[in-house]
Amino acid sequence: MASEAEMRLRERLSKLGGMKLLRGTKLSGELERLQDQLDRLRSEPTAEEIWRSVELARHQDRPYTLDYVERIFGEFFELHGDRGRADDPALVTGLGKLDDNTVVLVGHQKGRDLKERTKRNFGMAYPEGYRKAMRAMALADRHGFPLITMIDTPGAYPGVAAEQHGQGGAIARSQAAMARLSVPTIACVIGEGGSGGAVAVAVADRVLMQEHSIYSVISPEGCAAILWRDAAEARKAAAAFKPDAAHCLELGVIDAIVAEPEGGAHMDADAAAALLKQGILTALEELDGLAPAERRRQRRAKYRAMGVLASA
Amino acid sequence: MSGQGRVDVEVESKRPDESSRGKAHANTCPGCGSHYRDEELAQTLRVCPQCAHHFPVTARDRVDQLVDPGSFVEEDSELRSADPLGFFDLRPYTERLAEAEVATGLGDAVVCGAAAIEDEGCRLAVMDFAFMGGSMGSVVGEKFARACESAAAAGVPLVSVAASGGARMQEGILALMQLPKTVCAIEELHESGSALLSVLTHPTTGGVLASYASLGDVVLAEPGALMSFAGPRVVAQTTREKLPDDFGLAESNYRFGHLDAIVPRGELRPTLARLLRLFGKA
Repeated sequence: MASEAEMRLRERLSKLGGMKLLRGTKLSGELERLQDQLDRLRSEPTAEEIWRSVELARHQDRPYTLDYVERIFGEFFELHGDRGRADDPALVTGLGKLDDNTVVLVGHQKGRDLKERTKRNFGMAYPEGYRKAMRAMALADRHGFPLITMIDTPGAYPGVAAEQHGQGGAIARSQAAMARLSVPTIACVIGEGGSGGAVAVAVADRVLMQEHSIYSVISPEGCAAILWRDAAEARKAAAAFKPDAAHCLELGVIDAIVAEPEGGAHMDADAAAALLKQGILTALEELDGLAPAERRRQRRAKYRAMGVLASA
Repeated sequence: MSGQGRVDVEVESKRPDESSRGKAHANTCPGCGSHYRDEELAQTLRVCPQCAHHFPVTARDRVDQLVDPGSFVEEDSELRSADPLGFFDLRPYTERLAEAEVATGLGDAVVCGAAAIEDEGCRLAVMDFAFMGGSMGSVVGEKFARACESAAAAGVPLVSVAASGGARMQEGILALMQLPKTVCAIEELHESGSALLSVLTHPTTGGVLASYASLGDVVLAEPGALMSFAGPRVVAQTTREKLPDDFGLAESNYRFGHLDAIVPRGELRPTLARLLRLFGKA
């Protein structure tokens, strides 16, 4: 028996032939992608399953960027500082070896204990963090190294100094920098993909999401506080705006879901890292052989086509 | 400028009518308490003659204030928001959309089209805060992207006037994706050789500030406009920091280097015309 989500996808597939597509969308590519999604989709997550993903994405034992770095990369050299003002520990950058190839890594980093959490500002970056990320992206482009980003943040830091240092502009420019890159780019949502602070480093050729990660326009608590006037209604808010991986895939926002070990990534960090590495390698393989200009064109066309419209 | 004239707008506040409930009449100046009739304010471009407070302007009025009479040709006005998530909080999203359309006479929170400013051809993208807090969903993103393409095809600059609380929560992750969508469209606009002139008006916050509004070749703001990624209330609650009086305002942003100029409303049209001539390829 087909699930509701499957039916919707089938419906979308059948409609595509006669539908007025957004400009820039390639019909054949879209069909292929939907068919692919359909094949992978088992069933639409329930409200309970969505909330479980919210909890697992924020689980205190969930592997963070540096946990994956030490398991996925043979070697890693961290790069510090935005060359202007500061080094933001909430966002790490560095050079790594992925099998035989050098890649550049950009990733949010939360802290494991109270001391480190404070130092890492709970993974909430300042503009300096995004400027460090842009510096790493430029380095990747200069040397032809693929860019891998790992997204795990409640959001960009909402503070006085962050605003004075240009938080909004930094997030906008970081996205623009990613839209300009010639090298292959892979973004992996490994925990919380919180709003602007997440998408700032997630404009990529391939966006992967771990099975129990979330990607959203606002936190469930923030949404509940505004629309329900009660932050305690976070569960309802999450069920309404659907930040889970399956829905993000269905909406065409991400390209693939990476499986996690039974019970979530924190149950077995080694296994989770092996699965994530496989996902990254597969994505890089798909991008291999495309000319840089064509890769960039496809990347922009992908984002250009995102959204759902109606007509008056 | 003191904090007196400021109207605080929470970044996620999508309902200006509710936040102003119980407060003074819309034509009562929050800066000096003077009260005006609509016609009086219209004559001064909705700037308080007493204290120079800038009242909000609808997208239609803004277009009229800026362009040569009769030069504006609207584009893509038929686009409407779909409800991809079947979003329902205390009320369905579709109901909020219908209500906003009736209240503003607009299809969504941005009006786009071709225009001339002092005979200089351009494309315009003007937001309206009255339509669901000027929030950016699929339609705003699509119309802005099309405006970029239209400007590139015509070889003219795009003038953007922003007024927005941020991304539209009711469209979930698709609203967030309008950030990279508009950013990618600007990349293509720039590669075509056309310029983006970005004007920030009160308030420009959240996802719109964190995408296209910040990426102008030249970035201008109206006096007293709040332009912050996170709104003052969110920052105060999250950090328990004492906010400076001018937190997030255009004046503070200018001092910190995030703006090219603060332009009073009466000077906006001649200023944009000067810039259009400077970017012109004649």
